[in-house]
Amino acid sequence: MDETRTDQPADRLSLIGEKLSVRRGERMIVCDVSFRLNAGDALVITGENGSGKSTLLRAVAGLLPLAAGRVIVAGPGAEDCEVRELIYYLGHQNGMKGALTVRENLDFWQAFCGNPWMDVEDALEQVNLLHAIDLPFSYLSAGMKRRASIAKLLVSEKPVWVVDEPTAALDAASSDMFRGICQEFCSMGGILVAATHLPLGIDGAQSLRLETLSGGYDDDLAEAAAEGELLTPEADA
Amino acid sequence: MTALLKRELAIAFRAGGGALTGVLFFLAVVVVFPFAVGPDMNLLARIGPAILWIGALLASLLGLDRLFAQDREDGSLDLIVMQPHLLPLTIAIKCLAHWLATGLPLILATPLFGIMLNVEPVGTGAVMLTLLVGTPAITLIGAVGAAVTVTLPRGGLLIAILVLPLVIPVLVFGITATNGAIYDPDPFTAPFLILCALTLFSGVLGPLAAAAMLRHSAD
Repeated sequence: MDETRTDQPADRLSLIGEKLSVRRGERMIVCDVSFRLNAGDALVITGENGSGKSTLLRAVAGLLPLAAGRVIVAGPGAEDCEVRELIYYLGHQNGMKGALTVRENLDFWQAFCGNPWMDVEDALEQVNLLHAIDLPFSYLSAGMKRRASIAKLLVSEKPVWVVDEPTAALDAASSDMFRGICQEFCSMGGILVAATHLPLGIDGAQSLRLETLSGGYDDDLAEAAAEGELLTPEADA
Repeated sequence: MTALLKRELAIAFRAGGGALTGVLFFLAVVVVFPFAVGPDMNLLARIGPAILWIGALLASLLGLDRLFAQDREDGSLDLIVMQPHLLPLTIAIKCLAHWLATGLPLILATPLFGIMLNVEPVGTGAVMLTLLVGTPAITLIGAVGAAVTVTLPRGGLLIAILVLPLVIPVLVFGITATNGAIYDPDPFTAPFLILCALTLFSGVLGPLAAAAMLRHSAD
């Protein structure tokens, strides 16, 4: 990847979540989660189905309102931006149009997101998908679609990646490939937040395990939070 | 932003884009009307402009649910609202693309449908002009409805119900101006200018309101 960019100011950003809580309707899904990620750090969020991984990620990306707490990106150049502008979010859906070719999709996202990074060809080369560049996106298999979406992360430069189940539908080789891409991204000073139930195997990643909040209503939660039994962020180096 | 316009148009005109669905619906309305009204050519010529306007209005409402729902289904909407662009501007571009793909074909088809309804050339011309000015307002007001219903499955009919009361003024002044152009004592300029004003007004307010809705319809 492009080594000349390592001295950019974006490299010294840090992403801080302070006591985040997210509510959906009456239910509290995520309660009192905190993390601090400096440039080059990765956070892997694990937890069983329904424990609020995706909800937490969407809240961090600014797509869901927080019931409490705040997400801050601190660092030079980040003062006058919204947090969401610095984040590349890759959710369960790929965000690509089936009627357009892979190249057209990636060209669009590169132009629309700004800060072009790699060429579309180079990005697809990274995910071994160069042969499918002129195929309509809807012709691809599930794993190929996912790889094309990973290439989308590479065409435009953002300091923070928030990825939700990035390796679902990927085979072992592609998962390795994705781990390599993430490690290079972090080594360049990027911040990675990933939710997964498959181990990503990123070296030096912090991990955060979400527990399903049983009952989930406010009174129980307040108690549970007071007893400090909800979350146990731990460093897993 | 040009990239967004290009992408939206490419999607609309590719297979399955549905850009011409509106024209086909317009055709259906226009074809059915003379059968219902009966073979009175004078009556048909008199109500022809109104039929053309109603057909175009309903056809414009038809495709509105695709405006944001499609992007939401495949996850693009998340990325679109997160970018540092001004969201109302992004929405205005999407409306422009939507209008180019669905509104403009209606206007281009109007002369043909005018002949089918025995509308005089000057009447057809007036309908085309008023549609050209009025249909953008329908799209822009419709964008608000599309943003409100974006999280609902099958929100299409609901959009029509929500938007219809708001576009009635467009219909009223569009037909008043058309009649003003055809029948001599009726005024043309005043209703036509009000129609222009409606479009300009919704051009400002529609994208702002739709942007506020999309920001807060989090899911």
